[in-house]
Amino acid sequence: MRAKTVDRIATAVIVCVAGFIILLLAALLGYLLVRGLGHISFDFLTSAPQALKAGGGIGPQLFNSVFLLVLTMIITVPLGIGAGIYMSEYAKDNKLTAFIRLIVEVLSSFPSIVIGLFGLLVIVNTFGFGYSLLSGALALTIFNLPMMVRLTEQSLRSVPKEQKEAGLALGLSRWKTITSVMIPVALPSIVTGSILAAGRVFGEAAALLFTAGMSSPRLDFSNWNPLSPTSPLNPMRPAETLAVHIWKINSEGLAPDAPEIAAGASAVLVIMVLLFNLGARWLGRVVYRKLTASK
Amino acid sequence: MNLPAPNSREDLATKPNKFRKHVMEELRGKAFVYFCVLLLVITIFSIVYFIASRGLTPFLSQGVSIKDMLFGLKWKPEGNPPLFGALPFLFGSFATSILAAVIAAPLGFCAAVFMTEIMPKFGKSALQPAIELLAGIPSVVYGFVGLSVVVPFYRDTFPGQGIGIMAGATVLSIMILPTVTTIATDALRSLPNGLKEGSYALGATRWQTIYRMILPTALPSLLTGVVLGIARAFGEALAVQMVIGNAPHIPHSLFESATTLTSIITQSMGNTTSGSLHNNALWSLALILLLMTFLFVFIVRVLERRVKR
Repeated sequence: MRAKTVDRIATAVIVCVAGFIILLLAALLGYLLVRGLGHISFDFLTSAPQALKAGGGIGPQLFNSVFLLVLTMIITVPLGIGAGIYMSEYAKDNKLTAFIRLIVEVLSSFPSIVIGLFGLLVIVNTFGFGYSLLSGALALTIFNLPMMVRLTEQSLRSVPKEQKEAGLALGLSRWKTITSVMIPVALPSIVTGSILAAGRVFGEAAALLFTAGMSSPRLDFSNWNPLSPTSPLNPMRPAETLAVHIWKINSEGLAPDAPEIAAGASAVLVIMVLLFNLGARWLGRVVYRKLTASK
Repeated sequence: MNLPAPNSREDLATKPNKFRKHVMEELRGKAFVYFCVLLLVITIFSIVYFIASRGLTPFLSQGVSIKDMLFGLKWKPEGNPPLFGALPFLFGSFATSILAAVIAAPLGFCAAVFMTEIMPKFGKSALQPAIELLAGIPSVVYGFVGLSVVVPFYRDTFPGQGIGIMAGATVLSIMILPTVTTIATDALRSLPNGLKEGSYALGATRWQTIYRMILPTALPSLLTGVVLGIARAFGEALAVQMVIGNAPHIPHSLFESATTLTSIITQSMGNTTSGSLHNNALWSLALILLLMTFLFVFIVRVLERRVKR
């Protein structure tokens, strides 16, 4: 009888903890949305921030975040998929491969601030890229690459062996087999994973403080020449992203409505991350259906 | 059966060509993937090399002793003579991350047990997405919530200003909860079914089975999750920096302003000139962070070896 009572108590405690976690998430999202949504308006999303007056927006920051994300993914995806293909298809089962695996693991556990500092030292100063979108994108690439590699490797490994063997038996080269037989099968999970990785990039700030910089020069959104310093498309300009902006106004914001701006910007950031999460699942399913003719 | 005539003249003519095409294709592909991997390897070596070369300068040529840095209590980089005692930062980093793990580990284990043993269906449809969303929320947002909810709550409930190690640990514990939970869930799912069934067949209750069979068997994997959580908490910069108060001394209570390695780097790196002693000392702190990462990866590897055995 006693054992049964203990069992009931323990079950109740565990169920309570699980409920608590769900409530915690609901409270967190609820708090952010309730506090933030009231401040979000078209004007808030498009106008430039104000240093000392109330009423500043987050327009340039939002644009910078998206643009930086695109730049980062353009660099990361090919490199990550390439290295992932190596790890799953070309790597022999020897010490060198074990070592590379260790390296990927270490790289993925580096604190993002350390990667930011490396970016400051090498990309910003030694390469002379300065505080710029490109420096930020390269730093985020380092931050994101291990995840892409592991993701690609796992997706390729989950491709049925028969499909690969069939490709090779037809006389295709190994590379051709990978690109036209295996990648299409692995694509849904690669797409889902890359979008989730993109969500992580979107919210990253520590690696960007010292690479993309904490200031945003005045942007002229009618100037689409990527070489002009005021053009939003210029990759060599400093760019403060949304996440960095939230950090900055929380720690040194002087505008009288800084808490509201922080709340609004946090809500925007969280909504974007939610969209990335949902989008990843949805797109993964769509790609899967397209490529496998199953429902 | 009508098989196509083998080796028609056309086929023979194009064969060497096709063969060469395939070889070229293979070579190009191989070159590309080797290039990617080489880049990865170069990147990590240059990270270690560059940070070590800057971080070791204070010890090698600027007369700061390693012992003073690791055990010194005073951080006065602009003083005369400048003092670089990083013990308060080390203490803050360890205190926040270990406390965070102490909070997050039981929660994570309970969540994992809930998802695998008690209500797998509901767990999969409600708790797992919740955990995944928690993992996706950016750290600055956690910092913002910490600053506007957790800190005022502690300020009103406990003596002190609310900022400090406890606030940092609370925020971090929510941030590392997904790491701990995911790894614990995977570990519990991969246990052989016979183990559980045997225990039930002997008449054990569910809790007895969980407590006596499942947790001890999965312990190394559970610890892996906790270590990874501590590693993440140790390296987290902005969320902690926002709620911990940033006073460079060892606090007397959990609700008193303190500092971590990451927050002092975040705060001071932008304000010091490159190459100065102060700046190089900050790189030494970054080097300590780097070495701690190696240590955490090593511990995880050791634990994983025990899982395999």
